[in-house]
Amino acid sequence: MPTPDLEPLSAPIELQFDYTRSVGPVIGRFLGALARRRIVGVRGSDGRVHVPPVEYDPDTADPLDEFVEVGRSGQVVTWSWVADPVDGNPLTEPFAFALIRLDGADTAMLHAVKVDGPAQMSTGMRVRAVWAETTTASIGDIVHFTPEGGADGGHGEEAAADPEPLAGEALTAFLDQDPLQILVTPFEMTVQHSASVEESSYLRAIAEGRVVGQRCPETGKVYVPPRGASPTHGVPTSEEVEVSDTGTVTTFCIVNVPFIGQKIKPPYVGAYILLDGADIPLLHLVLGCDPAEVRMGMRVRAVWKPREEWIPSTGNIEHFEPSGEPDAPYESYAEHL
Amino acid sequence: MTSTTSAARPAALTPETVTDDDVAVVAFCQSPSVRHSYSTTNGTEMLVPIFQQLYKDLGITRRDIGFWCSGSSDYMSGRAFSFISSVDAIGAVPPIDESHVEMDGAWAMYEAYVKLKTGETDTAVAYGFGKSSAGDLRRTLALQTDPYVVAPLWPDSLALAGMQARLGLDAGLWDETAMAEVAARSRRDAVGNPAAQFSGFRGPDGTVTDDVTAEQLLTQPMLADPLRRHDIAPVTDGAAAIVLASGRRAFELCDNPAWITGFDHIIDSAELGGRDLTTAPSAARAGERATGGDIAGITVAELHAPFTHQELILRSALGLDGSADAIAINPSGGPLTGNPMFAAGLQRIGNAARTVIDGGAERALGHATSGPLLQQNLVCVLDGRR
Repeated sequence: MPTPDLEPLSAPIELQFDYTRSVGPVIGRFLGALARRRIVGVRGSDGRVHVPPVEYDPDTADPLDEFVEVGRSGQVVTWSWVADPVDGNPLTEPFAFALIRLDGADTAMLHAVKVDGPAQMSTGMRVRAVWAETTTASIGDIVHFTPEGGADGGHGEEAAADPEPLAGEALTAFLDQDPLQILVTPFEMTVQHSASVEESSYLRAIAEGRVVGQRCPETGKVYVPPRGASPTHGVPTSEEVEVSDTGTVTTFCIVNVPFIGQKIKPPYVGAYILLDGADIPLLHLVLGCDPAEVRMGMRVRAVWKPREEWIPSTGNIEHFEPSGEPDAPYESYAEHL
Repeated sequence: MTSTTSAARPAALTPETVTDDDVAVVAFCQSPSVRHSYSTTNGTEMLVPIFQQLYKDLGITRRDIGFWCSGSSDYMSGRAFSFISSVDAIGAVPPIDESHVEMDGAWAMYEAYVKLKTGETDTAVAYGFGKSSAGDLRRTLALQTDPYVVAPLWPDSLALAGMQARLGLDAGLWDETAMAEVAARSRRDAVGNPAAQFSGFRGPDGTVTDDVTAEQLLTQPMLADPLRRHDIAPVTDGAAAIVLASGRRAFELCDNPAWITGFDHIIDSAELGGRDLTTAPSAARAGERATGGDIAGITVAELHAPFTHQELILRSALGLDGSADAIAINPSGGPLTGNPMFAAGLQRIGNAARTVIDGGAERALGHATSGPLLQQNLVCVLDGRR
């Protein structure tokens, strides 16, 4: 695509929410045990001990439920140096990610190894788990691994020998005591959201108090806001058209339901407003009258925020209000419903 | 997930012998691979010129297309149902028959292929797009790992690939020279591909030369030990689209369609520490089924390996080792010189198909991968008229 004359507008979207998952009986027991500073795996159909455990055998798909406690120390199977940690990594300073085969396990577990530099890492080296001061039944209950014999200052009795591993009925009783049911994993990411070239011209214009759209070269229809391609024909729009800030309500909805973040006290009206000169309605608020008075065909005009508050946003129009003109005839907007 | 496709090489097809069960790639187009596009994350701006080019090349309009299927991901755009807006690039009035996969466009192509096999339509477009530059790609990719015990550690894609590379280095399966040679060859080949993101070698003084050797690349520092910059596919914005047609329609649109004679995709376990990461059993099996175990006649293979060592794994899995003289691997420059998420796999098949359509190859192989560390693999075999 050609470089536009004016760089399109963009802004970061910061997403943040919690994934809430039920973990099932196998992962739930593993995480429940981690919270009590023991590590368990599950025996696969071929006798291999999987740590972390898997619910179903990767080869035979058989459900697995024979738990085995394994050691808190093990061997680095492979590793990679993370010179530039990302948000959410176990360590904020450079560290190694490693696949670690714990003593008694046949598969390897992914975790961080805390060392000063890659020169201190080697395949086959022995490492041991360092526990979090406060455990929460998550993989982060092991904050990281440390070279065996090192002087890491983690919490608890890691300098001491591992406790006697549990087995048989004792292990079953231990695991049944407090399995995790629901795992909550916080999630956040930032994405730089770009407006299209066409949306950017709309946003720049509305920052000056003007509403502009673009015309589809195939149909002559005017889209407000304009889009990167005419949605009916898939061709770029380019002819800019200024439209009015008065228009007609084509359809509407009375909001009675309260929700988090709501800025207006219900009931209030959200409406599709066909601006004069546009061929596609804009979603906005209709205030300034009793919601019961709002109707299809009602003529409305934009109520702008004070000029000094204008930014590149449709929100510069605070809301629409009745203009007092006679209602538009149905035929004038029937095509735009 | 597995699928079955006849793998036997058919006799040469003619407009007289072709049946509606025969499906071919008749055209391919891709956007230039760039580090940062002005496109929205909807891909619309990258897709519009591609679609227009395909219509022009084939002498058709959008209404000649019976089915559309796209591959993209909301994790690239940071919002739900982001692919819906990409449909603007098509023009969905009157309504179109459309579908989407949250996977590389190669899997969208698989769905389109199945659609043509049902006989419901004879022409389809599969497309994929990704604006990787909008987020922090190596971090975002951590979200495709196990959500209970792996993803909460946010293992970035470079760290995971580095561990896989080291397993092979430690085992003596490959060395850093073999890895660098993959990158050097890709960068040399990319000189001939105007869509490539870069090519050749950029010296310390900023000058770029077309020629590049493994020795030159190995002078560069480690980025994610044991990986250097050249071992890692770049962050790329881009898009691609393929037109499929069945039966006689394929001959109407293209003198020399690239007939799909094998098409399969298979997945390995998600348990990263439980499988041998120096191999790709699902690639081997998909390749075995798509080729019928016979790679004779294949002269071009486009492999979707975002890391140098992964090309080595794939060549071994697909039986392409030791045949480098007879089989050109990634003559387009491959993903190491342009890797738009959700389009790069489709680009591999498209580039392979193009060599058949242009007459440069009689038989070509396209491969796509999905998931971390070559977990899921798709192989498509394309045959020309012989």
